[in-house]
Amino acid sequence: MLSNLSVLINAPVFNISLIVDGVLIGAIFALAAYGLALVWGVTSVKNLAQGDFVIMGGYCAWYATYLGVPPLLGLPIAMVVMALFGWVTFHLVVKHVIHRDLFTSLLATFGMAMVIEAGLNLGFGADVQSVNPGFGSYYLFGGLVSISKMKLIAFVLAGLLAVGIVIFMKSSRMGRAIRATAQDPRAARVLGIDTEKVYAFTFTLNAAICGAAGALVVMIWVIHPFIGVSYSIRSFVIVTAAGLGNLPGVIAVGLAMGILEQFGGFIMGAQYEQAIVVLLLLLVLVVRQIQQARVRQVVQ
Amino acid sequence: MSVQEASRFADERAAVPSGTLGQKAARFKPLGYAGLLAACAAVPFVFPGYTNTASVLLLMVIFALAWDVQGGQMGYNSLGNIFFFGAGMYISAVFQIGLWTDVGAYTRPDGLVKATFTAQQYYIGLGVGFIASGILSAVLAIAFGWIVFGLRGPYFAIGSWGVAVAAGELLSTVEWVGGGGGIAMPAFPGDPGFRKLLFYYMMLAVAVATFAFLRWLYTTRFGLALNAIRDDEEKAEAMGIHTTRYKTLAWTISAFFLGFSGAIFGNIVAFIDPRNVAFPTLTFGIYMVLMVLLGGKGTLWGPIIGAVVFDVIKEVTWTYFLGWQNVVLGLLIIVIVVFFEQGIVGSIKEWRPEWFGIRVVGKAEPATRAEMAAASKAEAAE
Amino acid sequence: MSEAIIEVENVSKTFGGVVANKDVSLRVEKGSITGLIGPNGSGKTTLFNSIVGYHPIDSGSIRFEGREISKMQVQEIARLGLLRTFQQTRVYGKMNCVDNMLISIPHRKARLRHIFGRYTTEDVDKAEILLEFVGLYTKRFLLAGGLSFGQQRLLEFAMALMNEPAVLLLDEPTAGINPTLINGLIERLRRANTDFGITLLVIEHNMRVIMNMADTIYCLAHGQLLASGKPAAIQNDRRVIDAYLGAH
Repeated sequence: MLSNLSVLINAPVFNISLIVDGVLIGAIFALAAYGLALVWGVTSVKNLAQGDFVIMGGYCAWYATYLGVPPLLGLPIAMVVMALFGWVTFHLVVKHVIHRDLFTSLLATFGMAMVIEAGLNLGFGADVQSVNPGFGSYYLFGGLVSISKMKLIAFVLAGLLAVGIVIFMKSSRMGRAIRATAQDPRAARVLGIDTEKVYAFTFTLNAAICGAAGALVVMIWVIHPFIGVSYSIRSFVIVTAAGLGNLPGVIAVGLAMGILEQFGGFIMGAQYEQAIVVLLLLLVLVVRQIQQARVRQVVQ
Repeated sequence: MSVQEASRFADERAAVPSGTLGQKAARFKPLGYAGLLAACAAVPFVFPGYTNTASVLLLMVIFALAWDVQGGQMGYNSLGNIFFFGAGMYISAVFQIGLWTDVGAYTRPDGLVKATFTAQQYYIGLGVGFIASGILSAVLAIAFGWIVFGLRGPYFAIGSWGVAVAAGELLSTVEWVGGGGGIAMPAFPGDPGFRKLLFYYMMLAVAVATFAFLRWLYTTRFGLALNAIRDDEEKAEAMGIHTTRYKTLAWTISAFFLGFSGAIFGNIVAFIDPRNVAFPTLTFGIYMVLMVLLGGKGTLWGPIIGAVVFDVIKEVTWTYFLGWQNVVLGLLIIVIVVFFEQGIVGSIKEWRPEWFGIRVVGKAEPATRAEMAAASKAEAAE
Repeated sequence: MSEAIIEVENVSKTFGGVVANKDVSLRVEKGSITGLIGPNGSGKTTLFNSIVGYHPIDSGSIRFEGREISKMQVQEIARLGLLRTFQQTRVYGKMNCVDNMLISIPHRKARLRHIFGRYTTEDVDKAEILLEFVGLYTKRFLLAGGLSFGQQRLLEFAMALMNEPAVLLLDEPTAGINPTLINGLIERLRRANTDFGITLLVIEHNMRVIMNMADTIYCLAHGQLLASGKPAAIQNDRRVIDAYLGAH
């Protein structure tokens, strides 16, 4: 561990590699977190299956590639398939728990997570999968820093998607309806907005976002049926740290998380990946408690 | 009103309307408990092939009862109480091995250093480890309560879950206790039949102790305070209740019994590892909650009934749906959570509240205490 | 009896840009009934919340029986004998009335060994006496959550009495109560003050009620203290009338 740390100190150029990688993957974390925040803010449901939706999206893209579709097309395919899946699960499960207490919705989404993981395992096996779109890398600083072109493309795509969603939220009718429902569902209903439709749409949109994130993940990293949990935790950590409805915050924290994980993984070793993610979670929660204690409130 | 007058009415309170089911059943209670205990004690002899299965069933009962103290009675839905199960398991293992030999050497992944234990060493180790597991788990509860007690609702659930997962992840990096490879428990110095019996009765003892303790606990002021925190914690604070004290105590009680259960289970399976056996947050950790939801949160028998029903369903699906366990389990979770929110006992309570001593509007009663005194005076004069 | 049991001195509180209280000072005399009035948004509930410790104040001092409480937590202040009732009545919904009363027994003397004891017959006696005082004796075994709104309010009041407070802060006690029942509630509040010696600080919108009940009245407007004095004086104070009718 110390030897890794000294590498970073003695050869600063490696820091650049870690930072760049961190930012590029952090964008995907931010994307998934945004979806979670969206559902949370509008329906109050904390979707514990968020990470599994992402991984399922990854499998959609992977399978499409397996069937011969060019890798980048996997993205829109994953989005469409996941949107459909999201719509179905909304009507089967989520719809019934929206108006119940928070713990009920937590457990219900957890049940969904379990079914998805088990389903993916049964369907695709537990092996690690990945898609190599074969784009190669850029090399900087005399070959010491390599930036995968696919990661750059993923970053750009994630950014475009985010911009697209923001524009949609601001200018479209449904976008306004969503924002209104997030602020005050009763008032929205009184003004004629069909909140049930809004809930369904929001959840479906989130599923599509997850699909996109997953398609990007499978192209720049790896997936397997049980890695969804860490993405769920990451999304939750980002939303807790940044706060609901704070999109720039979500982006910033997401990128920071990506960087932190890269450094942590490099210094301590890859087997610490899960541990780092969970420790970040506990850290964020403890810090929140301390902040809230100053105003004599609790984290709720 | 003077104090004199007040205590004169104390006798009237004892004259509770008789004839409710609860009253009639009360006479048979001690007999019922004795019978149940005898039945449980007889299981290994009547169904010898199912002794270990029955031990696991008892484990589930302990899980459910221990979780309910905090989750059902106090309203703090924790997804991380499994932390104490794993802690107890590891604590016991460390004592069982460490009393006689070097733990670090014993747990080396290459397995070159293998110690054997005499029967005496084994049993002493087991005894000490067992006692330590409960006590030290309780100490851990007090020590780590602060991490999560400023959290409410979903944050508490996820935070507590995070603590359990973190424990598993961190322990798997500690080579002294075997790291990710885990620890092979000391070999049992006796015949396998006796082994099964011993651990079954130990588990039964813990289950009975847990039940008896909680049954008493819920009749004390402590029980009422827990319910107040559940119903409205801010109100409880505004009325001056030491909420932090109660929360810590409830969590500690839960930890105490879970620690014991972990020690026994670790010995039954004879091999413990941090992620899958000691801190199985996504299986045992969640089952705790589901069993109580299924049976009825915040009741005494709900968790027990829920544990039994859940375990039976699980055993059946494991046997017939091999490979699809988690799918069935996930669906079961969804069904329980969406349709069984009240739980079995909760539904019965709604259907027949009188059985539980809950008065329903409309039953005739003296209007004031003065009337009640007059009525009983008239009765006494006859 | 000019001994002050609560002294609020130059208290200010801002919530992210909105000044809820600015330099508010008031004195509640021991054994009195003091009223706190003012149009909506004048900062009355914020002041209440500051006094009971629900949030920290930005500046100023709050003293209870001579002791500074502005840095203390809600539970500690409650245990000192300063209780409040909530605008949206709060009771323990899944417990019956008697249990609601029992759990409201003062916790200031509670030691660990008390926690695991049972409630005594004296405790239950006291609970039943107070339940009868508020007229809920016949409903004592019903779940608190099933009571009507007015009944819950009475229960909350009884629970507060059970706690033997020195001061009770009541947040709009007559709001939402059927007019025919208001007199009964007022009567009980008065008796709590005279018979049990509890000092009352009451936020009230119902002028008839507060003018008849209070010894002293403080009027807030726009987060600041506007006027204070005896009910008769306040009733005729031009500034108070303007504040309520909106003339600026």
